[in-house]
Amino acid sequence: MSGKPRLTYLNGRGRMEPVRWLLAAAGVEFEEVFLQTKEQYDKLIKDGVLLFQQVPLVEIDGMKMVQTRAILSYIAGKYNLYGKDLKERALIDMYVEGISDLMQMILMLPFSPPDAKEKNLDSLKEKATNRYFPVFEKVLKQHGQDFLVGNKFSWADVQLIEAILAVEEKIPAVLSGFPQLQAFKTKMSNMPTIKKFLQPGSPRKPPPDDHYVETVLKVFKR
Amino acid sequence: MSRKPKLYYFNGRGKMESIRWLLAAAGVEFEEEFLETREQYEKLLQGGSLLFQQVPMVEIDGMKMVQTRAILSYIAGKYNLYGKDLKERALIDMYVGGTDDLMGFIMMFPFLSAEDKEKQRAVIVQKATSRYFPAYEKVLKDHGQDFLVGNNFSWADVHLLEAILMVEEKKSDVLSGFPQLQAFKARISSIPTIKKFLEPGSQRKPVPDDKYVETVRRVLRMYYDVKAN
Repeated sequence: MSGKPRLTYLNGRGRMEPVRWLLAAAGVEFEEVFLQTKEQYDKLIKDGVLLFQQVPLVEIDGMKMVQTRAILSYIAGKYNLYGKDLKERALIDMYVEGISDLMQMILMLPFSPPDAKEKNLDSLKEKATNRYFPVFEKVLKQHGQDFLVGNKFSWADVQLIEAILAVEEKIPAVLSGFPQLQAFKTKMSNMPTIKKFLQPGSPRKPPPDDHYVETVLKVFKR
Repeated sequence: MSRKPKLYYFNGRGKMESIRWLLAAAGVEFEEEFLETREQYEKLLQGGSLLFQQVPMVEIDGMKMVQTRAILSYIAGKYNLYGKDLKERALIDMYVGGTDDLMGFIMMFPFLSAEDKEKQRAVIVQKATSRYFPAYEKVLKDHGQDFLVGNNFSWADVHLLEAILMVEEKKSDVLSGFPQLQAFKARISSIPTIKKFLEPGSQRKPVPDDKYVETVRRVLRMYYDVKAN
């Protein structure tokens, strides 16, 4: 039996992608099981492995973990990416939750009805440039350190680089006007574990396409 | 200067209610500032108090904390309601994630049209009785202990009780068929700090009404239609 964490999800980003990022950033190898049919999913439910009948599911350290946030917190804690004390953890949590709200908008984009896609994209651009990016630009400018919290690489940094790249895929020039974030993006991308994750052949998943959307609708159809 | 945590939110449940519950359960007194006008909200924004321009915001231990989950995690950690190690914390996080999703269905309820409200009530009950309650019923049955995690009172217990009571407000007999949860509800409700919170005159907020919805819409200029899940 492998000691590696095992991820069960669709073969695409969705809610599992931040988990892939965090494990990769921590230098942890993992296995993946991809849901491709409704039958596979129904079997998981029938077998009682999904606490709330939902994926993501991550089997790690003898636990069948569900709930993305719980999974990410556990990984962050286990691999020392969660700050050195309660207050640093609080900062990391605040930053991660904010970024997560932004990522939620990206998550929903491929599922927007065609007549809402343009509006949702505009909304994403507006929120990224007016609400979220300015916060992290300011944090980095104020302390002048390489990392968001405690002068140390943490879950918050991983979540932010993931979000920056995801938004850039939709809005390529989105970082113009954010010099700190541009420098941050470069620095994080060059960290060995992240650099490796950004190379072809890594477990990183491509942007969701129509086939992915189709699979989601098919597998989770009730 | 008061050292009590200070909560900034509307005078109603919304996303702040879980925080009120947890502070109360921990026996921590807190102050509240209620947003009633757009001007108050804009003042908070201009003052730079709201990291992502949103409430809830809680001033605690010299921090202006935002993001409900971050605030709750901090309180849980500070007051020893977060388990004894990483694995117990993982269980608590999982359970809280579930009750959070369940309460999410209820949170949007007051903002729905009358027609959507009826549909949503059915969704809430269906999700509660077929997805969430069975999970917690089984956890309690399997270990036979009083509390969800580690035989110790934790954030998970507070959050589950809050969720149970909220669903019961939508369907009063929703716990029939869940004997473990019925016993759990009675047990946790009688914990002194929680019992106090459940009494009239506490800082617990009532079921949101039209006035609450009006206030939120006015302060946040949130005039769009809220759709059910």
